[in-house]
Amino acid sequence: MLELINLTCGYNSKFLLKDINIKVEKGELIGIIGPNGSGKTTLLRAITRVIKPEKGKILFEKKNIEKFSFKELAKKIAVVSQISTANVMTVEEFVLLGRIPHRRRLQFLETKLDEEIAHRAMDLTGTFNLKERFFGDLSAGEKQLVVIARSLAQEPELLLLDEPTSHLDIAHQVKILDLIKRLNKNGLTVIIVLHELNLASQYCNRLILLNNGTLHKCGSPSEVLTYQIIEEVYKTIVVVRENPISSKPYVFLVSEEERQKKGEMC
Amino acid sequence: MRNKLIYWLIWVSVLGGILLGISIFSLSVGSAGIPVNQIIPLILEGKGTTEYSILFDIRLPRIILGFAVGGALSLSGVILQGMFRNPLVEPYTLGISGGAALGVCLNIIFHLYQTLGISTLPISGFLGAILVILLVYSLSIRKGILKIQGLLLTGVMISFISSSLIMFIMAISRTEDIHGIIFWIMGSLEETNWLLIKLAALISISGLFISYKFSIQLNALSLGEEEALHLGVNVERTKKILFVLASLLTGCSVSVAGIIGFVGLVVPHFLRIFAGSDHRILLICSFLSGASFLIICDTLARTIISPIELPVGVITGILGGCLFVYALSKRA
Repeated sequence: MLELINLTCGYNSKFLLKDINIKVEKGELIGIIGPNGSGKTTLLRAITRVIKPEKGKILFEKKNIEKFSFKELAKKIAVVSQISTANVMTVEEFVLLGRIPHRRRLQFLETKLDEEIAHRAMDLTGTFNLKERFFGDLSAGEKQLVVIARSLAQEPELLLLDEPTSHLDIAHQVKILDLIKRLNKNGLTVIIVLHELNLASQYCNRLILLNNGTLHKCGSPSEVLTYQIIEEVYKTIVVVRENPISSKPYVFLVSEEERQKKGEMC
Repeated sequence: MRNKLIYWLIWVSVLGGILLGISIFSLSVGSAGIPVNQIIPLILEGKGTTEYSILFDIRLPRIILGFAVGGALSLSGVILQGMFRNPLVEPYTLGISGGAALGVCLNIIFHLYQTLGISTLPISGFLGAILVILLVYSLSIRKGILKIQGLLLTGVMISFISSSLIMFIMAISRTEDIHGIIFWIMGSLEETNWLLIKLAALISISGLFISYKFSIQLNALSLGEEEALHLGVNVERTKKILFVLASLLTGCSVSVAGIIGFVGLVVPHFLRIFAGSDHRILLICSFLSGASFLIICDTLARTIISPIELPVGVITGILGGCLFVYALSKRA
């Protein structure tokens, strides 16, 4: 569905991503992980054409994304960004903005269909009861759900999410990722940038580990999240065990004090 | 959606009604008071009388110019505030007024208007405005991308530079020229050239129509440039067109009527509070209210201590500022 071929890009001719090759199949749920500054967000911005590739290309459904108009692309790819700005807009108006790519020329008002789709997106994300509230008055967790509702109103085939769970409590983290998993089960292809390795391990079918702008490792969570790879990339001592219920890898952190104690004992 | 449409239509008709009422009121008051109920018979059969010529040659041109300039400035304010996502931006922030003022100043001290005719004043103002627009635009464009923050900073700096140049010109010019410069800078709706008035009205109404083609894009831009891009908006093209549109509207207004402050800042703000932030309603509402606001201010300016006429900028500043502070304190 999406193919990145030898992608090299960055800001002001400083390359942040070097020679990335990734192939995403329809129906996948892919997690992108990596340390801060490793190029995770840049990768998403390249896919959404915010920045142009210096070398290489990105194919969407076998067609170079630069051949799509912005509008055509927005009908197929929706993005949930890291920061969604608060403003004086009701939740319903905000979600209806997701219908913009589907507007016809000279269409002034939203159609009945637009409204139905927006309502369905709000139902799906459990935000329908918030529809009269102002976006700026919502809690961080509610905002994130509303932004996801807006992206669903675009009726995309591919959903990109940039750290949707940062700043959220564990209940909201699980709620949002469960929702994404459900959407993925219903046929939506998802690429999600995650900081939290354990959430990535728990929810994604495939992980892509970026390090210094290069693709370090790509594979299933148990292939990527080994203590050797994590210690190499993050330069941090960790212990990896299996989650007793899901049997996915789970990464434990150890404080310096404990590490020293352990060292003395040995 | 039907409800929204009805709600919007109510807004537009109320504001349209207010505009009409204010225009009729403005026609009837002045040093020679003409009762409202006599206006229609006068228009129909009063040709040749002094009242008729007061209405058509003195008051009506001012009203039409007030409509054009007030509408254009507010519209430009809405567009720029939406584009910059900054409620403090107004049409004059980008240095356009400074450029126009500088153009007019040069014209006055070189006495071009005496040799080439009084109508060169708006032309030189407009040339000054265009020059600044080109300068700001080309300084803020990098690799085909219009940097919004750069645009703002360059504009503010150019404002400073041109006001310093104006001060320099005033310092070295003769007293009667200084009077002309000050008079122009203070802004006035007095204009005798019908062609210019009609042109201003035409430009500001076309500006309104063009801006409506971008109402949805403006809504998307209120989320930020990147999010607008994700929603399929061609952000670069939209920004460029909107910047040029807003600049031209401002440039035309300034070159015809001088620098009338506050309309482009206060009116969009007010309407955002009351009518909502959806640009599909905000654009027309701001246009209509801006027009009403400037016409009523001008009426006050010419009647409050008649026969002396105050600069209209004094009234827009005082009235607008007070209303604004009141609204903000009420809201908090």
